[in-house]
Amino acid sequence: MGTNTTLLAHLPLRNKARIVSMNGGHTFNQRMQVMGIREGQIIEIVSKQPFMGPLTIAINNHKMTIGRGMAHKIVVEKI
Amino acid sequence: MIKKIVLMGNPNVGKSVVFSRLTGANVISSNYPGTTVDFSKGKLRLDGRPVEIIDAPGTYSLKPSNKAEEAAAKMLQDADVVIDVIDATNLERNLYLALELLERKIPIVIALNMWDEARHLGIHIDEKKLEKMLKVPVVPTVALTGEGIKELVSNIKNAKSPKRELLKNDEQRWVEIGRIVKQVEKFEHKHHDLRDKIEDLTIKPITGIPIALGIIFAAFWLVRLIGENLIYYVLDRFFYNIYLPLIEQLSKIIGPGFIHTILIGEFGTKIDFVESLGMLTTGLYVPIAMVLPYIIAFYFVLSLLEDTGYLPRLATLVDNVFHKLGMHGHGIVPMFLGLGCNVPGALATRTLETRKQRFISATLLAIAIPCMAQTAMVFGMLGKFGLLYIGIVFLTLGVLYIILGLIMNKFVKGDSPEIFLEIPPYRRPNLKATVKKTWMRVRWFLREAIPFLFFGVAIINVLYAIGFLQWLGELFQPVMHGLFGLPGEASTALMIGFLRKDLAVGMLLTIKNMSAMQLVITSVMLTIYFPCVATFAVLIKELGLKDMFKSFLIMVGTAVTVGVILRIILLGV
Repeated sequence: MGTNTTLLAHLPLRNKARIVSMNGGHTFNQRMQVMGIREGQIIEIVSKQPFMGPLTIAINNHKMTIGRGMAHKIVVEKI
Repeated sequence: MIKKIVLMGNPNVGKSVVFSRLTGANVISSNYPGTTVDFSKGKLRLDGRPVEIIDAPGTYSLKPSNKAEEAAAKMLQDADVVIDVIDATNLERNLYLALELLERKIPIVIALNMWDEARHLGIHIDEKKLEKMLKVPVVPTVALTGEGIKELVSNIKNAKSPKRELLKNDEQRWVEIGRIVKQVEKFEHKHHDLRDKIEDLTIKPITGIPIALGIIFAAFWLVRLIGENLIYYVLDRFFYNIYLPLIEQLSKIIGPGFIHTILIGEFGTKIDFVESLGMLTTGLYVPIAMVLPYIIAFYFVLSLLEDTGYLPRLATLVDNVFHKLGMHGHGIVPMFLGLGCNVPGALATRTLETRKQRFISATLLAIAIPCMAQTAMVFGMLGKFGLLYIGIVFLTLGVLYIILGLIMNKFVKGDSPEIFLEIPPYRRPNLKATVKKTWMRVRWFLREAIPFLFFGVAIINVLYAIGFLQWLGELFQPVMHGLFGLPGEASTALMIGFLRKDLAVGMLLTIKNMSAMQLVITSVMLTIYFPCVATFAVLIKELGLKDMFKSFLIMVGTAVTVGVILRIILLGV
């Protein structure tokens, strides 16, 4: 990974990033894709729940809550 | 010829609102994904002919990820026309399902819903161009106000299944979607407004958790306030000032005998709406004056929570806790609905993804979530002893929910996937829609519950007259007394509880000499030991016989354990 790439789970609050790759299985990637989470999209962290709780993210002004484990399977590049 | 129209679309795009507009039928809609877990059927007049129209549960794609979505995908098979409802504020994501539908060769018309909100957000969609690119009719609609619905109806006959190049894989689909969106959609820059600020505050843990506690507290306070005032100012006045004199007259006319006992209560004793156990006294007073006010209050407040879009935020905040109980944050939805009535609560478990999650959610619902009918009666019964006793009942059930959840999470086999939930924007609830929705649910209660209670009272009278209930009380006397420190008659309440829990609590009131603590123990056990027959039937369907049997063993085991523990703690013997 380059200096600017990180896992979505590690992206700080309110930071924006571009999704570089999805590292889950086929089913996982598919499920993310249909909700708009896929390569090339600009993603922002809206909130992080404590104790490894879920993240709320925004893509094109649409918010979603995803589990922390899922956020570990998404590679992003800070912008 | 068009015989069957199916409404499809992503979750929370307003399909049910479109359905209500098209058919004039009323179905429950809310501002969170997954309100419709079952389908609703209705009729629409098209060129003077009735056409069947079906509201399918929302789905993001035709490759379903839960039971509700599976049901939606199945519904396509015999559709003559599909109305694809698209959320105009989220064109890109919604187009995926649209493309999948187009590949199925079913004639399609697209409703570009939430058109007003898209404009408000600074999103401009060239619907004519979209129509040209997709080669199917595209109609902008605002289902909430009815705008565009007429045009939608007149375009149903123009629905098309255009010849398209078959897209080989997802990548091609996304490329195609990107190409379409780029040509038809334009964004205006939008400033951070008050709504965004509230959205931030309610989902960030530091501010969100205190706000959530405040909202839940306020919600329950409001339910009690509305319920109590309806009883005090409206229903008790009616029953005591107008209805009682009528019944007293009737009592004189009927005179002593079995008919008097079954209709009014024992002849010669003072008429008591709660304890007389007559069809015209207790049979009407309990459902109408004791339960109905709280049902109205609860569903009014629930509608507010649903329509604003607060529930998915709450689901996010409680996800951590629910994950430890073997579910994820969305498990709070079946729980909240269950507080009104366990039947919709049990149906809502469908939005959870795995068998493990559904089993835990349904079992906890049946064990630890009292429905509003029961809660209202517990309030009525224990209120005179003080809030402490009501507090003990709910604290016990709350602790039980968590402990049992932790245990089941350890022992129930299967996966418990993480939360993955769309968070809709906040919307201002429309008073008219809220009142209408409250009324729809209240009407359901009136239709289902009042006959049950009315005739339930008659059955109890007959069972008393033939001595069955006395016999049952004596039979269970050793068990009830030996294990739980309760009188034998309490077992009759548990039996009636299978029919309806509110009636069962009503029966407890007729048992003489029960102490407040004994009433607390019975109230708790009445919640735990078994769901009412209506919930039971739904649970068998949702869980299957085998799992329902397991769930049943957990219920009975828990009821006995908790009963004994409470007896030791509360009665000290």
